Parts: sequence; C-alpha cells; structure tokens
Amino acid sequence: MSNSMDDIAEFAELVFVIGSNTTEQHPVFGAMLRQAVKQRGAKLIVADPRRIDLTEFATLHLRQRPGTDIALLNGLMHLILQNNWHNSAFMAERCENFEEFEETIRRYPPALVSEITGIPEVKLRQAAELMGNTRPMAVIWAMGITQHITGVHNVMSLANLQMLTGNMGIPGGGVNPLRGQNNVQGACDVGGLPNVYPADQPVTSPQARRTFAAAWGMAEEQLSGEVGKTVTELMPGLLNGSTRALYILAEDPIMSDPDTGHIRKCLQAADFIALQEIFPTETAHYADVLLPGVTFAEKYGTFTNTERRVQMVRPAITPPGEARQDWQIIRDVAQGILSAGTRPVAPAAWSGWDYETPSQIMDEINALTPSYGGITHARLEQGERLQWPCPTLLHPGTPILHTQGFTRGKGRFMPIEHIPPAEKPDDAYPFVLSTGRVLYHWHGGEMTRRAQNLLALYSEPLIEINAEDAARLRLAPQSHVRVSSRRGQISAKAWVTDRVPPGMVYANFHFPHASANELTQAALDPIAKIPEYKVTAVRVEAE
Amino acid sequence: MVTLSINGKQVQVPEETTVLRAAQRLGIEIPTLCDHPDLHPLGGCRLCLVEVKGGKQFNASCALPVSEGMEVTTESPALAEARRDVLKLMLHGYHDAGYANGQSAPTELVHWATHYGLDVAEHQAKEAHYPINADPNPVVWVDMNKCIQCGRCIRACAEVQGRFVWQMTGRGFDSHPIAGVNNLMLDARCESCGACVAYCPTGALDNKPSMGAGLPEKKVTTTCGYCGVGCQFDLNVKDNQVIRVTSNPQAPVNGMHLCVKGRYGYDYIHHPERLTKPRVRRYLLEAGDTPKPSAPQQNPTPLWDWVETDWDTALGITSRKLQSIRDSYGAESIGILTSAKCTNEENYLMNKLARQVIGTNSIDHCARL
Ligand code: SF4
Ligand code: SF4
Repeated sequence: MSNSMDDIAEFAELVFVIGSNTTEQHPVFGAMLRQAVKQRGAKLIVADPRRIDLTEFATLHLRQRPGTDIALLNGLMHLILQNNWHNSAFMAERCENFEEFEETIRRYPPALVSEITGIPEVKLRQAAELMGNTRPMAVIWAMGITQHITGVHNVMSLANLQMLTGNMGIPGGGVNPLRGQNNVQGACDVGGLPNVYPADQPVTSPQARRTFAAAWGMAEEQLSGEVGKTVTELMPGLLNGSTRALYILAEDPIMSDPDTGHIRKCLQAADFIALQEIFPTETAHYADVLLPGVTFAEKYGTFTNTERRVQMVRPAITPPGEARQDWQIIRDVAQGILSAGTRPVAPAAWSGWDYETPSQIMDEINALTPSYGGITHARLEQGERLQWPCPTLLHPGTPILHTQGFTRGKGRFMPIEHIPPAEKPDDAYPFVLSTGRVLYHWHGGEMTRRAQNLLALYSEPLIEINAEDAARLRLAPQSHVRVSSRRGQISAKAWVTDRVPPGMVYANFHFPHASANELTQAALDPIAKIPEYKVTAVRVEAE
Repeated sequence: MVTLSINGKQVQVPEETTVLRAAQRLGIEIPTLCDHPDLHPLGGCRLCLVEVKGGKQFNASCALPVSEGMEVTTESPALAEARRDVLKLMLHGYHDAGYANGQSAPTELVHWATHYGLDVAEHQAKEAHYPINADPNPVVWVDMNKCIQCGRCIRACAEVQGRFVWQMTGRGFDSHPIAGVNNLMLDARCESCGACVAYCPTGALDNKPSMGAGLPEKKVTTTCGYCGVGCQFDLNVKDNQVIRVTSNPQAPVNGMHLCVKGRYGYDYIHHPERLTKPRVRRYLLEAGDTPKPSAPQQNPTPLWDWVETDWDTALGITSRKLQSIRDSYGAESIGILTSAKCTNEENYLMNKLARQVIGTNSIDHCARL
C-alpha cells in the first residue's frame, strides 16, 4: 500500500474498492472503511461482479463482468478526460507519456464500455463524475484485480487512474493493494521471490549480485544472474524433469495452486519433497520428509503487514513434542548442504549460518535490505512504530509513499488495452466461476479447519449461485450442486443468493473435498505469472 | 483552548472537550462504566460524577464540557458515597449466577464495586431474570442477568464493527440489548468479531470458548497470523495453553478491534494433529539407495509409509537429497517454496538458502495464489 489504513480511513473523501472483498478478507480494515462512510460521510464506490457486503455501504456499486476491469477503468478515465476532470497540474509535474495513453483511452467510449462490462452507461457517468470531483480518492484492490491473465495491466490501469486524478503521494489517496497473508509483504521484501534479492534488488542487476556475493562469501558467478522460476512454473517443471526437488516451508500447493489434478501429478513426479509444516496437510501426502515447525504463537520474529508496517511476533507457549523453530530447521538444512563442501563459501560478513537467535538474522536483514536498514528488533521492542522504507536507525519510517516523486522519477502513463479472459463461457461450460475465501476460513484451510470455533461458524464449503439459475436448474433448498470445468469437478451445498449475478458461481478453496482449485486453470498473466482464478468456465448441475 | 483545573492541576484542552477526557489527559482516573474512549459518549451510568466548584450538584463528567477557569474535584467522601449509590442501584439489576466466566481479570463492574467497598454477592439481584447462555452463537456467551444497560455492546457493534446487531429493548430495569428481531445474533447478521464482548464491562457478553478457562498466568502481545491487516492482540496463556485472545488497546493498527479469526481462531495451535516428531518415508531408511516407490498415491507400498524419526536423521536426509540432486542436475532443478505465513527472519533464511547455498533464484511463495 502506498498509504496507511488509518490514513485512508481518516482522510479519503472517496474510496474506490475494486476486486477486494474487504470486510471478509481484511475484516478489521473493512470495518474501518464502513466507519469512514458511516461516521465521516466518505463516499465509496465498489466495483465487483459480486454484491459483496461492502456494497451495502457504497454510494455506487459497479457490477462489471468478471475479466473486464481494464475496459471499465479505461471507460472511466475516458469520461474523466472528456469532462476535463483530470488533474493537469499533477500530470504535467509528475507524469509522462500522456499522449500515447490518451490515444488508447479515446477508444473506450461509454457505449462500448457498457457493452463489454455490462454496467449501464449512467452508472459509468456517475462513477466518473464522483472520481473526477472528489479528492482525495484512495484506490484499494486485492486478488480480484491481480488474479487475471491481465493482472499486471489491471494494476497499471489503476495507477493510470490515480495519476490522472492526481491522487498519488497525498493523505487519503494512493494505490493500495491489500496483501492477503499475514506476511506476504514481508516474504516479498526479504527475497522470497524469484526475480529479486531483499528490498526489490533485481537478481539480474550486476550491482545487486556483487553486493550479495560479497556479503555471502561467494564468487559473483556462483550466484545466479537469471530470474528464477515462479511456483506456477516450478510445478509443471516437475513433469518434464526441469524441477526435481522441492523444499516447501508451510505452503500447501494442493489447496492453493490452480488445477489440483495437475498439481497432484506434478508432486507425484518429484524426486524429493521436504515439507516443513505444523500439520499433515494435503500436500504432505506427496512429501518424502516432514519437518515439524511451529505456529506463530510459538515463535519470535517479525511480520510486515499490508501497509509496510513491521511488527513483533512473540512466543507465548513452547512448541509441542519435538517441533522445532522454523529458523533453526532452515539453518540446519543449510549447514548440512554446505558441509558436503561441493559449493565453497568464503568467510565474509554474512556468509555464515551459525545463527543463535532470530535477532541475529534480523541484523543481517538490516545490513542487506536498505528499506529495512533501521528496523531493528531493539527499536520495535521499545515500542517504535515503523513502516518501511526506514533506511537508518534514526529514520522514523514512511507511512505514505511517493510524496515527493515516484521511485523511477516520473510516473509513466501506460496505454493498456482490454483483452478478454483466457477461458470464456461456452455451450458446454456456460457459467463463469470466480474463487476466493470466506470470512471464517483462511486460505487452504489448514489452520481454520482445525479451529473448532471457526468450523462451528462455517462447517462446509458453499457454492454461491443466483436464484434465477437455481430455479432453472430446479435446485431444491439446501441441495448440492456439481460444478465441473474442463479440468475437474466438485460437489458442494448451494447457497442461493443474489451476491452473484445470473450466470456466475463463486466457490472457495478451504475444504479439500470440494476445493475450487480442482476447477481452476493455470492460465497465467504473462508478466506476473499469476493464475486467472477469477474467471473459469464451468458447468453447474443439480445433484 | 480552555484552561481549567482538576484536583488543583492546571490543564489546557480544546473547547468541547469533556471534563472526563481532560482528566484522562492529566492521568487522573475517574471511574466510568458506560464510557469508552473509542465510542461515542452516552452519559448513562453516572458513575463518573465529579464536583465543580460553585455547582449545586454533582455532574457526570463524561457529558460535561470544559469551561474557562473551571475548578473540578474528582475525589471526595461525598463523591465516593454518590458513586457507591450509583453502583448499588446497578447491582439491583445484576445477577451473577456464580459460574466460572471467560474473563481474563475481574470485570470493570466488579472492579469498581470492590473499589467502593461493595460486596457484589450481597448487593446483587437475588435471582436470574433471563436465561444464562441465551444465544447459540459459538463464540459469544450471552447472560443478560449481568447487563447494566450501558449500551457499550450496541455502540461497539455499530461504531467499531459496523454491523448493528444489538438494540435496546424494554424499559427501566427490564431494558436490555437484544440481537435483531428474533434475538439470535447470527440471524441478526453478527460476524462474531467479539467487539461487543471486548467492550462489555460486566461479562454479560463473554468469550464462550474461554468459559471456565480461568485467569492467565501471562499475556503475550503478538501479531495475528492470518491476514495482512496485521492486528495485534494479547495471547492469554495458562499451563502452556492459549486460553483466550484479548484486545490490546495499544495495538497500532486495530486498537481494541479484531475479527473472528484473530479473536477466536486460535485453537488450531493445540490441535491433536500437530506434527510433533520428524517423519520420513520408509524407503529413505532402507539400506543402500532404495529408489523412491513410484506413484505413491495409487499403490501405497509399505516403503511409502511414514516413519517417525529423530531430527538428525530427518535433517541429514533432507540436506543430502537436496545437495545430491543439486550436484547431479544443477541448481535450477531445485525449487524453494517459502511462506507468507512465516516471519521475515525465516523468509530471509529461505532466500539465503536458495541463492547462496543452492545457487538458484527459483524461490517463491503464494503471493500469487
Ligand atoms: S460479535 Fe461483532 S458483529 Fe457480532 S454482535 Fe458483537 S460486535 Fe456485532
Ligand atoms: S484479526 Fe482479523 S483482520 Fe486482524 S490481522 Fe487477524 S485476520 Fe486480519
């Protein structure tokens, strides 16, 4: 997020939520948004194919067809430009490449956009007018924007919108992706991605490679200068032998990856899988070794939340049985591999693996991750509240990004065209399936299905289906539906509701016996390699 | 700005501040029950009475705006007597049936009653008027016998969670909050966030999963392990078990608020399926280089059975396998999946393991999934 959650809740005059079911996926922030509307009179526009709970608080609900976000955003920007509601001063000072962008935008008149998105023209005009005349506007999104083959382009379109309206770098504005998991932000920050070292330093940058080679006691050519494979590339690699072994820390690809049937085959083909976990998960069926780690309640360290805030995690209890600290297990595996001596490491400042405490690891992060340079355990334990970038020990942290300029100098308007989703409904698979989570469960359900209180509140997967479709399929109340795609099928209880429009169903991936990922496909965004979870063509039948 | 004095101490506050908030700014505690700094003031319970010089009667400080030169006294024998009377009246309509509750400390009501020398058992209503545990919600315990009509639950649900489950019904001593039209919380669209429980000062609303769990030996402030909002809260610990989660008002992002997962979704920690010993497939323990059984899912052979083993064995096999596959097929043949659920420190180590130890950039996690 470029801005902080409290900043948006306090200062945004207009909040534009697109592709985020905030009250269920980021519930406490969702509650803050409800209060911003209710107590402060902030305006709210929700763009979502589903009538999610937040729409009850919305000034406008734009119900676009799944996979038409670019057309929608271009259409809104078309109207903003046409009516001269854009912020020319900001654009002149801070942005570039407007002409090329404008040419694209001109080709998205309301009539066409209405046809593509299914949103009535009058609503498009109302939304554009609100956006053009209400400042500051904060844009908020989540996986509903990114889990498309056009995920990266969707995000760029939102950046275009915020540059066009001059809503960057100001309180109550900004571009604000909500990161899903507790520490997905931090995992990205400290190098848990195939294309970057810690702090977004590209693996292809000779300078970054030099820095890490020197720090870790390696010759430069020992560190790979090639972008690595994403999880969505590693998995299929198991079938053709380009991937042979996996070391998995607390992830459950059987539940979380697209096209479960395919993932099963991939994992079966592996030479070796080590899985470090707290439970025997679905993925554990395919593992050769299970290494028992610990829960958040048993460990010490830091998580980084969606607004770049680094916070302490502290152990409350001791681990059960022989379960071990995850950092110790990783350390010991690394030391074991190094002890074979087939890949020499020279002594250097941070070459060793003799960590005794998580704080020693944080020291190394501080030294090698410029944005975390001043975020030490000691400062956090003293109660300091730090959001990165925080490069030095005296730096107070950065609640709002881009106040002075963009990371790359001028913000570049990107001309982006709408392209339809990878899999369109047809006669054989006439419904569109979208997937996601529900308030009471978490991701693959490994933890929440083992939490009695949550299970009591939501005990089985429900498939959302519109009443019109339910009537046509002659669904009896409380009955089950069978949903099939070109890849698999699931059967679960139907929830007849107007949350989904006719022609659309929505399923979650919390329960192994009816996980939506049996149906989804690995159609990937060509840049981010993110799968298109939000549009799958399916058939729906009464059971 | 307005200058006034409270117990002889000068304080400057913005106009329209209440005397209660001005006192809190000075660190002077005035007893309150219906008031909470996160919620709109109600001015209902009158426990926060104070004396203003020149005034004819005591005033409720939560509803009293400051004025220039005001001289306020918050403690005196007469005030204590008046507050004791307020509490006695409250206790008339209060009945604790004596079961072990789900609280982590004496409730605010019991605290103030005790503070003013009142024995709750002696002064409370002699019998229950409402059913105990009146709502089937799996996480919120409802016992309206303990309700003092402060309305904090109503305000918490409306002003913090934004769900409007509770409203006040009845009159006088009979008034109490009800959930929706048929008095069932979940039917009234309750999201089980527990805000109403966290703000209730009497235990009329309580943490159902923690009933009878007792007082914690310690509270540990930590960060939620579910979503990226990053709420903080206190894990209440007893006998090495997490017995409840309580709000920590100092939490930077969320203050007192939490969602259902953060407040009530912790019991997986103690689930019997927790892995407590390393496990390896039997074939890995056989002599020589026993090949991995093929298609283990379809034809489970005894060689694919799990065998519990010691750490040295499991770690040794893991390191050796990764190292030999790397040495035979190249670093790119190994994929490292790190975890968005784990800490920065752990993720950093996985990054170092992939790049320094193995020599690959093929490290990823479910950021995309
Ligand atoms: S648990 Fe939350 S949603 Fe339910 S009544 Fe209480 S405050 Fe409202
Ligand atoms: S308590 Fe709920 S909203 Fe807060 S971090 Fe945890 S899961 Fe997210």
